[in-house]
Amino acid sequence: MANFTPLSAAIGGALIGLSSVLLMLLTGRIAGISGIFAGLLKVRSDDKAWRIAFIAGLLMVPVIAGAIGYGMAAPKLPSSWAVIVAAGLLVGFGTRLGGGCTSGHGICGIGRFSARSIAATVVFMVTAVLTVAVTHHVLGG
Amino acid sequence: MWIVAPLVCGLIFGTGLLVSGMVQPTKVLGFLDIFGAWDPSLAVVMAAALAVAAPGFMLARNRSRPVLFGQFFWPGKSDIDAPLVVGAGLFGIGWGLVGLCPGPALESLATLSPRVIVFVAAMTGGMLVHDIWQTSWPLVRRDGPVASAADG
Repeated sequence: MANFTPLSAAIGGALIGLSSVLLMLLTGRIAGISGIFAGLLKVRSDDKAWRIAFIAGLLMVPVIAGAIGYGMAAPKLPSSWAVIVAAGLLVGFGTRLGGGCTSGHGICGIGRFSARSIAATVVFMVTAVLTVAVTHHVLGG
Repeated sequence: MWIVAPLVCGLIFGTGLLVSGMVQPTKVLGFLDIFGAWDPSLAVVMAAALAVAAPGFMLARNRSRPVLFGQFFWPGKSDIDAPLVVGAGLFGIGWGLVGLCPGPALESLATLSPRVIVFVAAMTGGMLVHDIWQTSWPLVRRDGPVASAADG
């Protein structure tokens, strides 16, 4: 557990929880990122302004952080483009079919004690852990 | 000026992801790698988020409407069905392959990393495939009451 960072994790997590609560209290919307983003892909919708504003806020964070000296390094992703594309397709299709991702089910859903979201979170955690076990320890990637 | 509210929420959410380290796939994969050098940080992120979100949502539940709009869009579904389980399972496989879920992926677009751009393009493609498939061959009826939303 050499990489364990409990303090920054707790502060960051509390901020994510605060954002979810504020979005619901102020606008009545669930802070599920896959759902917010997917709503932008609908052709006929008058429900896009708040989605664009939220995602603009997300995108501004690394820019502001960089300007004040806390620049964000580009994420380290696999070297294989095929793996990146496959993962993206699975994340996009899976979050729509399952109705949510880590934020919508894992935080907002469990935060409402929704059995549906607890089930979804258990399932995606299990398949993610198994995927990492296979790619890191069986295939040795 | 209501548009400021979702913008600020996005800023707070993104700051939380950045501060907690969850924008870095290595950090997320460290949590998912329970058979390797396990890093429990993501569990602390979720616990702290839930410690704030659970009482906050209870507070919201006691209100008849949100501060800026006429109605709450609470998710309308409560049943655990096959699309939920299969969808969550597929999402988990993709998440485990690269360590990116939608929030960190969108936030990381700001680094202009070509790999992130390709990941988000593929994610968008996956969502569109789902939407086109559901429009052509509906698997589940998604029309619920007016003031309901998808889970997240």
